[in-house]
Amino acid sequence: MNLQQYLLRRLMLIIPTFLGITLITFIVIQLSPGNPAAMKLRMGEQGMMGDEVTREIVEQTKKLYGLDKPIWIRYAIWLKRVVTLDFGDSYKDHRPVIEKIGERLPVTIELNLISIFLVYLIAIPVGVFSAVKQGTLQDKSMTAVLFILYSLPNFWVAVLLIMFLGGGDFLDWFPIYGITSPGMESSALLTRLVDHLWHLVLPVFCLTYGGLAGLSRFMRAGMLEEIRQDYIRTARAKGLPEKLVIFKHAMRNSIIPIITLMGYLLPGMLGGSIIIESIFSIPGMGQLSFEAVLSRDYPVVMAIATISALLTLLGILISDLLYVWADPRITYEAES
Amino acid sequence: MKSMPAKQSYSRLVWNQYRRDRVAIMGLVFVLTLFVVALAAPFLAGSSPIAAVLDHELIFPAVSTKARLAWDRADESQKGWTLSPPVGYGPTEIDLSANLEPPGSGHWLGTDDRGRDVMARMIYGSRVSLSVGFVAVSIYTFIGIFLGAFAGYYGGKVDVIISRSIEVMMCFPTFFLILTVLAFLKPSIYNIMIILGITGWPGVARLVRGEFLKQRQLDYVTAARAVGASDFRIIFRHILPNSLAPVLVSATFGVAGAILVESSLSYLGFGVPPPTPSWGEILSQSKHYIDFAWWLTIFPGAAIFLTVTAYNLVGEGLRDAVDPRLK
Repeated sequence: MNLQQYLLRRLMLIIPTFLGITLITFIVIQLSPGNPAAMKLRMGEQGMMGDEVTREIVEQTKKLYGLDKPIWIRYAIWLKRVVTLDFGDSYKDHRPVIEKIGERLPVTIELNLISIFLVYLIAIPVGVFSAVKQGTLQDKSMTAVLFILYSLPNFWVAVLLIMFLGGGDFLDWFPIYGITSPGMESSALLTRLVDHLWHLVLPVFCLTYGGLAGLSRFMRAGMLEEIRQDYIRTARAKGLPEKLVIFKHAMRNSIIPIITLMGYLLPGMLGGSIIIESIFSIPGMGQLSFEAVLSRDYPVVMAIATISALLTLLGILISDLLYVWADPRITYEAES
Repeated sequence: MKSMPAKQSYSRLVWNQYRRDRVAIMGLVFVLTLFVVALAAPFLAGSSPIAAVLDHELIFPAVSTKARLAWDRADESQKGWTLSPPVGYGPTEIDLSANLEPPGSGHWLGTDDRGRDVMARMIYGSRVSLSVGFVAVSIYTFIGIFLGAFAGYYGGKVDVIISRSIEVMMCFPTFFLILTVLAFLKPSIYNIMIILGITGWPGVARLVRGEFLKQRQLDYVTAARAVGASDFRIIFRHILPNSLAPVLVSATFGVAGAILVESSLSYLGFGVPPPTPSWGEILSQSKHYIDFAWWLTIFPGAAIFLTVTAYNLVGEGLRDAVDPRLK
């Protein structure tokens, strides 16, 4: 099998997973009691409208949203439109959903990419360091610190950071609201960029520290495994300097498996974005999804679930490809 | 019946390993203490006495509604000796004249915006965290064991379908799904348990499937099949007990994760309905008073953090005890 065939096969495998995800979302939302027609009907029951008028309005709402058709037909219609990235209009403000998401997606992707980059940037040296110093006080204290970070609830950390570093009675170092300061539109590009990055410090910190612990422990375990291998002993025996043995031989090999974790980091980070973006009032996908869930804006909810899943699938695909590319020992056949 | 002593010696072996890890023991002690606090909540916080003498008769107002009503109605002259809880406030007792009081001698951990005692609410809040963590993880471990066992044991089409479902669920933004479903359902602690239980199984299923794939080729399985044991018997009486240790370890970490998710949900306002206290809900109140009411942020957050840490420590200790090679 060559690379093209492998790529094609991997892409084909995405289809059933994607269908499964859309189906679950669709069923969950269709079975939910609070659909728009039911909401209108409830308003009628509460005496806000006359009986005749109520029924008429309910019928109209049902037609408008296609709720009068059976569920599988609605799924087929919806899926057909999803393929062309047409997620319909938001119930709330009647704007196209894809437009709303298009506005929100860049910030969230920016946040998550920076976080993932930082996680890898810090986790790899920390893992290598801990493994090389295995059993020493440095290793143990590093492990303990990471363990504590891993158990810290990120919304609590966010609130504490706001409390201690974002004004209030203590330090006022970082902005805690949004992604830019008001009135910056006319400033120079560099000033605006610095201001923007300044706004991202706290949210990025909250998204990063949790993933850091898991990944660096993984890196440490991988390094320990590699260090015990024969080729390391050979490298040492032939008199290579320890630095070269660790960084060129052992580290390169143990980085490969943690590349594949990149795709699986995404769902957790997108979940984390919901709460972190809400706390820091960042106008991204996380905040949008929270608002959509609160207002039962189905088209938006479904679009977000679908797009998040697609992003995750894409992340996993990219990590798989990186894996094959980085490690020549892995053959394409090994996938089956 | 014959297998009992062998099984016991394995858990004894694990316990002996576990016992040597001092930090893991600390985690276990913390978790057990928390369970005691949750169970004994009415004795620890409340305005009704634990035990009291009313008209020369011993009654227990803290645990019996009838006794409480009698106690509240009684005159001071009828009341004799009383034993009160250390925290003299109930978790839902509103006192608007004492709202947002900082920690002090009256309210050890301060009060919230309705003048409710934070200490009392924290004590009762432990019930939510512990029960959600425990029940949700039990549900999904159960589902995961079944699906993983069938996939690993039967292989073929069953495996393809289950493995694909695992992959679907792993790609899913689970937290978002949970939020969506909870927005539609009535807020209740049972709904949170169920929805966490239904969405959490893929990790366990994958683990169990892997174990079964390894074990099903071993001689003891072939032997069991040769003597005519049914598939059901082989799966649940032979292979499962041999693959349970890693499942138990992952379940312990799972409880920590579930407590984190529950408190996040409560923080966002999708948790247990008021006035039931939960740690995340106390923390969510601090949003409005963030510039001064530090006690509403520090204490519940620390409780969540310590509990999650303790469960993770127990999980670590258990993992090292079950398989010392992983250390």
